[in-house]
Amino acid sequence: MSRIIYVILGWALLGVGAQAAGGHGVHLDHAPVDIQNKASLQRGAKYFVNYCLSCHSAKYSRFSRVATDLDLTDRQVEENLIFTDAKIRDPMNVALRPEDARVWLGTAPPDLSLEARARGADWVYTYLRSFYLDDSRPFGVNNLVLPNASMPHALWKLQGWQEAKYKAERGPDGHEHPAFEGFELVTPGEMSPKEYDRAVLDLVNFLVYLGEPAQLQRKTIGVWVIAYLLIFFVIAYFLKKEYWKDVH
Amino acid sequence: MNRALTNLLGWIDARFPLTKLWDEHLAKYYAPKNFNFWYYFGSLALLVLVIQIFSGIFLTMNYKPDAELAFGSVEYIMRDVNWGWLIRYMHSTGASAFFIVVYLHMFRALMYGSFKKPRELLWLFGMVIYLALMAEAFMGYLLPWGQMSYWGAQVIVNLFGAIPGFGPDLAVWIRGDYVISDATLNRFFALHVAAVPLVLVFLVIAHIMALHEVGSNNPDGIEIKKNKDANGIPVDGIPFHPYYTVKDIMGVAVFLILFAIAMFFIPEMGGYFLEHANFIPANPLATPEHIAPVWYFTPFYTVLRAVPDPFFGVVAMGSAVAVLFFLPWIDRNPVKSMRYRSTLHKLNLILFAIVFIVLGILGTKPATPLMGEMAVRFSEVYFLFFFVLWYSSRTRSNGFSLLLFVLLLGIVTAYDFVRATDITMNLVSISWLIPALYLAIMLLLPIFTDLDNDRPVPERVTS
Repeated sequence: MSRIIYVILGWALLGVGAQAAGGHGVHLDHAPVDIQNKASLQRGAKYFVNYCLSCHSAKYSRFSRVATDLDLTDRQVEENLIFTDAKIRDPMNVALRPEDARVWLGTAPPDLSLEARARGADWVYTYLRSFYLDDSRPFGVNNLVLPNASMPHALWKLQGWQEAKYKAERGPDGHEHPAFEGFELVTPGEMSPKEYDRAVLDLVNFLVYLGEPAQLQRKTIGVWVIAYLLIFFVIAYFLKKEYWKDVH
Repeated sequence: MNRALTNLLGWIDARFPLTKLWDEHLAKYYAPKNFNFWYYFGSLALLVLVIQIFSGIFLTMNYKPDAELAFGSVEYIMRDVNWGWLIRYMHSTGASAFFIVVYLHMFRALMYGSFKKPRELLWLFGMVIYLALMAEAFMGYLLPWGQMSYWGAQVIVNLFGAIPGFGPDLAVWIRGDYVISDATLNRFFALHVAAVPLVLVFLVIAHIMALHEVGSNNPDGIEIKKNKDANGIPVDGIPFHPYYTVKDIMGVAVFLILFAIAMFFIPEMGGYFLEHANFIPANPLATPEHIAPVWYFTPFYTVLRAVPDPFFGVVAMGSAVAVLFFLPWIDRNPVKSMRYRSTLHKLNLILFAIVFIVLGILGTKPATPLMGEMAVRFSEVYFLFFFVLWYSSRTRSNGFSLLLFVLLLGIVTAYDFVRATDITMNLVSISWLIPALYLAIMLLLPIFTDLDNDRPVPERVTS
């Protein structure tokens, strides 16, 4: 009995319950990423170099590493993913100079190597689907997840343009407040909303991979390491039992 | 062959006390035979120290202590260095594992009275190790140069600035600049990879020497040296080697399995081992909206935040750590192990563990009014615990119990009147029940019940 109490106490001390990182009160849609889905990662890489890499760098990642991890040949990457004079072993830098970016966009676009790792996949997934028309902003769009973001809607060709709809809702103070109700697509893009969600998911998938390329291997290696340790434990257990049989 | 080896050993022994050291610390060091689950954490702490030193050496080979390059060099380790991610996760998981192991190791001492005479120095060395470990972890956390590294260090170093008089100068002296900067990064790197590890290793040796001088305590809190056979060997003792070496190897296997699960499958531990905001490079111009220290500092961070005045906050936080140093002189009860202590003492220990965990959780949350009030109440109980520990050192008269109850609750209530405003009065008066109930259970129940009665300690260790 007392042994059980000790174990419970031990776990209680260890138990630093996990909690999800909070947003800013905006509901984030769940992004069902699957980094083992190579086809999705390849599509994501395509979207990334076409729509993101012209302004955002991913300077901690190299094209060659992306090629290896996404089952692409160097040749394929050079022909389809590199639009500058970068070599295959170069980092994924951006031609846009930070000084120019500050003049044109108001701020230098952040490096995206670790964006999904810092913000979480759900955040990026929701962010890229939450641009809406807003005349008060320099590029005519605002974002629900990151209000007053200085980024234009880079994927507008694919998604089209949407408006944010609000309804009046009575708050706890008794007054009516506008509450976000949903988006309404006013100008369709090249993709249907479903296709667009799919494309953004591929892109987010790629960004999640980009945040930590090692995650493609580490779990597989981990299984072997733990399997080895389990065998080691069994041997250690019987060794201890053998030595201790004369202790009373 | 055997003969050649024996000769070699003799040659060495004539010049260096190899066999003597082996016997004194392993083969003829007699440890109580009744160690339980809680006695694995000493050897595990040593294992984690070795893991940290080895993984740290390999990280140092590729890390650049330069404000411009540090963040990138960590990503370089994560992506371009062969097995770099493994080395880095080993080190980051090891840091948290170190504190988990050390906290359990310390709680073990609390449960079985391992800090009591004649082990006061052993406990003090351990406490200095704990302090050095906190310094080591704090300075190491700056090195990745992410947002949390930067702003966490900013907050902690500013604490020194809260000391009246020389405080601001002290903070500048620590940083080497007016803000956390390249100069700070460089000196923290030097201290993290050379100075503090040296101190740690030295202290660990002193800790083990002190332990082997007085002998190990055990879950019954009985001195096995008091009961020796004709050869002068404790009847309830067994040689550390091979008995506890093989047993600890088994513990190591279980620990490494848990360690590997964290390292390979959940290295970020949901933002507790590696904070999400630390994947954004340090930016002195953008303060994160919520600065939280890593989990192992959060209990003390809560105590700090519980006091509105910065200086007294620092004093409270410092006292929360410092009071542990005095444990051998606070708890004077001759019964060491909680097994033979009263029911109330056992409850007190369980409540202390819960309070420590709650303080830790509160430290990770943004400071809302409710969380802030809870921080005050649980900090109060944290400190009251030590008064109760002192109180239960011996049987007290009913009058004394009542007097102490009135006195302590009076101080708590007086402080409530100082700090409560019209807005918070409601919350304060409800949460007042937390310290009031705690004190009532610990100080008034002894008057009406015999829940505070200790049990007789057996002559020999059990099982």
